Amino acid sequence: MLPAAFDYKRAGSAAEAISLVSEYGEDAKFLAGGHSLLPLMKLRLAAPSVLVDIGRLSDLSYIRDAGDHIAIGALTRHMDVETSPVLAQHVPLLAHAAGHVGDPQVRHRGTIGGSIAHADPASDLPATTLALGATYVVQGSSGTREIAAKDFYKGFLESALRPDEMLTEIRVPKMNGAGWSFQKFNRRAQDWAIVGVAAWRRGSESGVGLVNMGSTPVLASSVASAIASGASVADAAHKASAEAEPQSDLNATSDYRKHLATVLVRRALEEASK
Amino acid sequence: MKISVTVNGEKRESEIEPRTLLVQYIRENLALTGTNVGCDTSSCGACSMHLNGEAVKSCTVLAVQADGCDLTTIEGVAKGGKMHPMQEAFMQNHGLQCGSCTPGMVMAAISLLKENPNPTEEQVRLGLEGNLCRCTGYHNIVQSVLACAKGGN
Repeated sequence: MLPAAFDYKRAGSAAEAISLVSEYGEDAKFLAGGHSLLPLMKLRLAAPSVLVDIGRLSDLSYIRDAGDHIAIGALTRHMDVETSPVLAQHVPLLAHAAGHVGDPQVRHRGTIGGSIAHADPASDLPATTLALGATYVVQGSSGTREIAAKDFYKGFLESALRPDEMLTEIRVPKMNGAGWSFQKFNRRAQDWAIVGVAAWRRGSESGVGLVNMGSTPVLASSVASAIASGASVADAAHKASAEAEPQSDLNATSDYRKHLATVLVRRALEEASK
Repeated sequence: MKISVTVNGEKRESEIEPRTLLVQYIRENLALTGTNVGCDTSSCGACSMHLNGEAVKSCTVLAVQADGCDLTTIEGVAKGGKMHPMQEAFMQNHGLQCGSCTPGMVMAAISLLKENPNPTEEQVRLGLEGNLCRCTGYHNIVQSVLACAKGGN
């Protein structure tokens, strides 16, 4: 299957990429690893008339210790997130979750920024960075701004990014030894999660992100509130679906997803509480 | 658009449409048909080849994205008429049945051992999760990769 024809522009810098998308407007799309965009284009579910290739902006591929957080360049590939010693030490939940994206070939190409900007509720990294309280740094023609992960996801494949803005950095707070767990329930290797849970806990503090439990990745704040007020893991897990309105599809009904979320959140919090 | 790539050690220059998929370029422009197309949706791994030394699914890469890169296809792994140790291991361990997934399996397996030279059986299974064998001949594929890692074919 061939994508519809498009003009291809290769950006030599972030500034040039932003100026190119500003020039071509909403018909232009950024191309990073292409592992979310190209499948959509091949199915003709997306048909941008211009692709601005940012895949060679190697200055946006990095993982740096920035004191209280780890700064990750948007073009860092899943494989590099998965195998990063810095992340293994300070944000092991994110490194582990990155190792569950797609399969090795996908992880050689796909990028963390691409996955987040695509804003797919079924993807692992949006919900994981949401659970971790990440901040996204975006650059546009009118400057740079920071968006909290909890304010970023607006709807199915919709984010707070403006058409001329590019996600450049993901800032993830250090976990400081918090317990954590990543639960991905699927039927076949490499599938998207039917439901997934990314969770961490440090005493009464916790964060829980849900994968594929609605039109956006979901921050299960009610679970964290329950843990904070001293509820047991099992009781807190019953709040798993409080903020979620999951879809029914070929894999699962909405009710089944809600049940699954309760079970997986319980398992995740049990593991994170050890 | 003009692209320049090194394929199996040989420099190739071509004029292509930007929407040309890497696998289509390799098969149709360069007539290297060892790489198969299976699902064409980045699920099955039949089209796996190496881009700068790492396995990728070439149905989900544009040829223009590979401009300036080093590519290796299944045709490029045997050297001097001698099979690559991974090919030899697949032959010795009956790691293929119909052969449709085999080029992609071999390329993914070579990439896997490059990243993890001594994998456990579980690591081999996880490492090949992006490659489907519709004959379901996974057992011997995994044995082949483990045999290659041990150097005993």
